[in-house]
Amino acid sequence: MQNSNLKFVIVGHVDHGKSTLIGRLLYDTNSLPLDKIEEIKKTSGDLGRETEFAYLVDHLEEERKQGITIDTTQVFFRTDKRGYVIIDAPGHIEFVKNMITGASQAEAAILIIDAKEGIKEQTKRHAYILSLLGLSQVTVVLNKMDLVDFREEVFNKIKKDIEEFFVSINIKPVFYIPVCAISGQNIAKRPLNMAWYKGPTFLESLDKLKNKESLQNKPLVFPIQDVYKFDDKRIAVGRIEAGVIKRGQVIKVLPSCQITKVKSIEKYPGQIDKACAGESIGIVTEDPLFINRGDIIFEPQNGPIVTDNFKANIFWISRKEFKKDERIIIRCSTQETSCKLETIEKRINSATLEIIEQDADILQNLEVGEVVVKTKKPIIIKAFNDVPALGRFVFVQHENICAGGIIANPN
Amino acid sequence: MNYLRELEDNSIYIIREAYAQFRDVAMLWSIGKDSTTLLWLIRKTFFGKIPFPVIHIDTTYKFKEIYEFRDRYAKEWHLNLSVIKNEEAFKKGVNPEKSKFQCCTELKTNALKEEISRRHFRALYLAIRRDEHGVRAKERIFSPRDEDFEWDYKNQPPELWDQYKTKAKDEEHLRIHPLLGWREIDVWEYIRMENIPIVSLYFAKGGKRYRSIGCQCCCNPIDSDADTIDKIIEELKTSKISERSGRAQDKESAYTMQKLRSLGYM
Repeated sequence: MQNSNLKFVIVGHVDHGKSTLIGRLLYDTNSLPLDKIEEIKKTSGDLGRETEFAYLVDHLEEERKQGITIDTTQVFFRTDKRGYVIIDAPGHIEFVKNMITGASQAEAAILIIDAKEGIKEQTKRHAYILSLLGLSQVTVVLNKMDLVDFREEVFNKIKKDIEEFFVSINIKPVFYIPVCAISGQNIAKRPLNMAWYKGPTFLESLDKLKNKESLQNKPLVFPIQDVYKFDDKRIAVGRIEAGVIKRGQVIKVLPSCQITKVKSIEKYPGQIDKACAGESIGIVTEDPLFINRGDIIFEPQNGPIVTDNFKANIFWISRKEFKKDERIIIRCSTQETSCKLETIEKRINSATLEIIEQDADILQNLEVGEVVVKTKKPIIIKAFNDVPALGRFVFVQHENICAGGIIANPN
Repeated sequence: MNYLRELEDNSIYIIREAYAQFRDVAMLWSIGKDSTTLLWLIRKTFFGKIPFPVIHIDTTYKFKEIYEFRDRYAKEWHLNLSVIKNEEAFKKGVNPEKSKFQCCTELKTNALKEEISRRHFRALYLAIRRDEHGVRAKERIFSPRDEDFEWDYKNQPPELWDQYKTKAKDEEHLRIHPLLGWREIDVWEYIRMENIPIVSLYFAKGGKRYRSIGCQCCCNPIDSDADTIDKIIEELKTSKISERSGRAQDKESAYTMQKLRSLGYM
């Protein structure tokens, strides 16, 4: 039985070596088709460069010519233990929203730091964004150790500095690994020049990471995406976000509080008796209820929080500045309503964690806000650590997602 | 297999999100293994009754096996099938001899443009996957195209968690990619698990088979004896050559695929 793949994102400051690390990892684990290797050798040669492993992830013409990653990409490889999806994220400040798109899909993160350059602005901003996205499984990789003569003191100093920063954002990294991506030291093979290092190689550390927790044992949370009418049946469809649903079970539909029983669970080509967290299904209810997209199904004894007022930490990713009192749309799972920010308690610089202003009137691109959200219609929420789908949300303005947020402990 | 069911559940979620937001949608079916898998998933999503058109872009250069397969399953699965062609381009004599880039653009991309503007589809389901081509790896799950069909790859909208770009200006349409995170081997293993019918060209005959299928003239078979799905999967696991290595339009230059896609290609 195959284990789930583990998805991890690689983040860090521009030019600290993310793309090279990935290319090297694929090369060292024989994960590359021969014609791909030929192609990058040729393209590197045409551009007058040494074989650029980064070309394995940087595919856009602009990316290769300028030597910079613009957008996130995903590549796959396997070890004996399981499959991996590597999400590469751009390190340049211009592309933070692309980095966030990539990182939001990950279960673990690798923060890469150039040992010679040390901790830079995007290093800290990316680390902070990881904590805002709720990613707590983090490995720190110190790259380009060759440029500092593989010295242990340099490794220890940077480790100590970044450790302090992580404490302030509530993350405890699982590993600190010194490597040289370009020559492959400590990626798949033990390092020749770092005998002082006794920990795992990068590849070994990946095998020790944990897959995300199953939410099957929690109480039922089933948000509705749509209702389909076929023949005489009305099938409410969606994906179960937590718990288990069974045929014949008594359920409560929120926010209307209607109570009914599950008449059948539809999963083409037939019907099933039980479905768990993660499954996309349809249900038909005993009573002909009026169910809509945005309704959420629970067990009758579970009262989630229904509110129009809550605190959250948000990060603004639109170039257009946000003025408090502007109306925006909030989407939390399949729920959607208009809302505004009642208060921006703190406006924070995402690279330095410095509080720019208290009780602010605006939020700008790349800033983090500790805010109070007021929604037009009440919505159903849960703590992020309990049921992530109901503990996080996005804001939409002018047809695009302009911010992401995590609800601060609602209890 | 847990892992394939997870991929299936997530793809169905994506298909339902797009339909809930847009309603006026259609699916592109090239009759290949990926789009047939997508068609299978869409049938599951809508409990056997697909409530929108399935479009086949016919360049007339396709293999006869493709036309036969298409007609058989369109009937069996009661599909609302639309076959579209760029008649003007044929009259002008567009063909792959002069330029594959121009031929793909005229016969495929432009045929699709006309159809979308005629029928005002707000979103299109496509079966592209990240691991097929580096440029496709940069895609979003819900990817906007403007009225000129252009893909603004330098400025893509953010996608966070399971929230996608769902509002669009009138002139835009969105490309929806439910199979983006599936690998070639995942598609084959799912085909095997579900017994999905697949066009015979993928299976070896006389020592050769097609790993990727397009138009007959621009598509090269590989040496292979794999004449069953089990053998194809075994072969894939040990293959050192990439899937699209037999596709001529990818080879015109390193960035042909990027240029094609920025003009609205699949």
